[in-house]
Amino acid sequence: MKKKFKKEDYIKIYRKMLQIRRFEERAAQLYGMGHIGGFCHLYIGQEAVVVGVLMTIENNDSVVTTYRDHGHMIARGLEPKKIMAELTGKQTGYSNGKGGSMHMFSKKNNFYGGHGIVGAQVPIGTGIAFTHKYKKEKQICRTYIGDGAMNNGQVFEAFNLASLWKLPVLYIIENNMYGMGTSVDRASAGTDLFKRGEAFGIKGTKIDGMDVFKVIEAAQLAGDYVRSGKGPYILEVQTYRYKGHSMSDPAKYRTKEELESYKVNDPIILASKEILKKKILSKKDLEKINSEIVQEIKDAAQYAIESPFPEEKELFTNVYL
Amino acid sequence: MSIEILMPALSPTMTEGNLSKWLVKEGDKVNSGDVIAEIETDKATMEIESADEGTVTKLLIKEGTESVPVNSPIAVLDGNNDQLTEKGIDKITEKLNVDSLNNEKKDIEIENSNPNIISKNQKNKKLEFSNYQSITMRQSIRDAIAEEMRKNESVFVIGEEVGEYEGAYKVTQGLLDEFGPSRILDTPISEHGFTGLAVGSAFKGLRPIVEFMTFNFSMQAIDQIINSAAKTLYMSGGQINCPIVFRGPNGAASQVAAQHSQDFSSWYSHCPGLKVVAPSNAFNAKGLLKSSIEDDNPVIFLENEILYNQKMEVPEDTNFDIPLGEANIALEGKDATIVTYSIMVSKSLEASEILKKDYNLNVEIIDLQTIRPLDSDTILNSVKKTNRLITVEESWPFASVGSEIVNIVQREIFDYLDSPIIKVNSADVPMPYSSVLEKKYLPQVQDIISAIKKVCYI
Repeated sequence: MKKKFKKEDYIKIYRKMLQIRRFEERAAQLYGMGHIGGFCHLYIGQEAVVVGVLMTIENNDSVVTTYRDHGHMIARGLEPKKIMAELTGKQTGYSNGKGGSMHMFSKKNNFYGGHGIVGAQVPIGTGIAFTHKYKKEKQICRTYIGDGAMNNGQVFEAFNLASLWKLPVLYIIENNMYGMGTSVDRASAGTDLFKRGEAFGIKGTKIDGMDVFKVIEAAQLAGDYVRSGKGPYILEVQTYRYKGHSMSDPAKYRTKEELESYKVNDPIILASKEILKKKILSKKDLEKINSEIVQEIKDAAQYAIESPFPEEKELFTNVYL
Repeated sequence: MSIEILMPALSPTMTEGNLSKWLVKEGDKVNSGDVIAEIETDKATMEIESADEGTVTKLLIKEGTESVPVNSPIAVLDGNNDQLTEKGIDKITEKLNVDSLNNEKKDIEIENSNPNIISKNQKNKKLEFSNYQSITMRQSIRDAIAEEMRKNESVFVIGEEVGEYEGAYKVTQGLLDEFGPSRILDTPISEHGFTGLAVGSAFKGLRPIVEFMTFNFSMQAIDQIINSAAKTLYMSGGQINCPIVFRGPNGAASQVAAQHSQDFSSWYSHCPGLKVVAPSNAFNAKGLLKSSIEDDNPVIFLENEILYNQKMEVPEDTNFDIPLGEANIALEGKDATIVTYSIMVSKSLEASEILKKDYNLNVEIIDLQTIRPLDSDTILNSVKKTNRLITVEESWPFASVGSEIVNIVQREIFDYLDSPIIKVNSADVPMPYSSVLEKKYLPQVQDIISAIKKVCYI
């Protein structure tokens, strides 16, 4: 089943991926300048995963993800300037400067974080799916998992519960080959991570996560399966992060050649080639989109830098409701 | 040779049971392993088997007799084997009347505290309820859950053995029948997983009540409790709250040793974002739990297994609640203040009677009820009056709730103190198994009396 895309779909796909790429590049720059502190995990290279899945989202479904979350928020429709403001610890950020890179949420957009503890988002996402079922809602919850979390015990406790209670949760494993500096084959006995639901009766597949159109197709099938009430599904998406685990990681555990081999299949270049081949947009159109986004992200950075820091009294707010 | 069959203890905290049915009659021959009677405990009805062979010569306790103390003789066998008991036949015949039976092998908590002394001095009684019923803490907790579930569809119970088994400690008895399996959820033994699931559901608007079979198992899930439930409101800039109650028995039961006897009050009270509640009787258990379920924050509700069976007059009114963050003055006095919570309220009340009788001291006892947020005003006002303070709690001494109270009192009203503050805690070691060592480990009435005498320079 090939999904028919309209022109605006192609534009949305291209724009979103580019928006994430330019955002992350700018975030890296601001980090280097000292505007952003702490941990900062960039999404560059993985854009096709979240944008591909985004194209299949219905009914304002819920989503929860890991700490590598900037791209997820942009895909979800959160405003880049408020994300950047959070990264710079400002009052105008999504968490009023109290969450930072790893802890951002938007209840309005059904985006439930941004979780800093590896694996913790998996039972949480399963619980959000539980709520959809409990309230007899049609929504499903997409729960993203890094390959590193696939050896974390609570993930399997959640798989068991989700399958036992037929919960509408789609688990999406973003396999970017490394859990911090440890490659999947050095961490996982059995590297087909999507098969790890088999013992619980959860079906899964593995797909190429550098090609956004393949992601869309697979995510649509998986999403339909979950929405039909059959219970959870595991979609493993093979991807690659160009940068280190976080800003402080020189990524010496992999070779330059390996990185280059993935960059050849850069998701944004692949998408633009497809768009040009199909004559949906011209090279000039794509350049125009790029320069619009560059400006938008520049403005976001400016907004973040100029925004006020939280007042000291904010230290004591939002502890209890 | 006669052998007496004794009322068996069928759980670590059982002190008495009902003899619901005899399955043998006088004159019957029994072999070891034969089922001879049905015993009903507060948790379940269980069959007991004869350990010896012989002929039943006498059934000492009538079928249907309630509250038969553990270890009292219930029948006599004309045995063929050497018996283990040291008691002679003369002694048995003396005890034919059930009313005169004494529990000779008393459990430690029975010997050392009088469970009937529970706080009757609840200030919330000013709310004037028309109808009260005498129920156990186990029932009052169940009633609080049921009433809140009737009021709000979003409230559900999740945990191990809460549904079909009706609770490992029978607290959730009858809830599955009334609310069905979609709202009373039996889980696998996956504390980390189901706690995280419940937290996620609370983020999304449900109001879960998570039962930990005991709080010892909450350590499997503590990351989700602290890192997810307690912190997300703050990390989200106030967008996402977590209305959830974690409840279950906390602290020592009876001889269940190091891994199953631990007081978590200070662990959880340490964490901003959590509220921590510890009821001391059936009355405040109900009122506090109802407030906890209605609270929009995560609440740790620390019950005590030994108190589950204690009865008290509890309002029937479904609007009865006790606000969180308010301590209760369980006993008014002028000579010294005891700040305490949970089961140690009973022990403190017991100590107060001795202190009155033997030393003419009138102590004031503050039952914290809520540990976080702490009602420091009530503590400070009391110490301003009495000028002397001890804290009594079951937890380990290092960085305990009492430690923080000492800090607050010395900082705020140093000049009012007439003596150093004394903390009464459990021993600073893992809980031992042996009953003698367990008794030594836990704060006892005598420890409380000694501490009060010390702050009063007696």
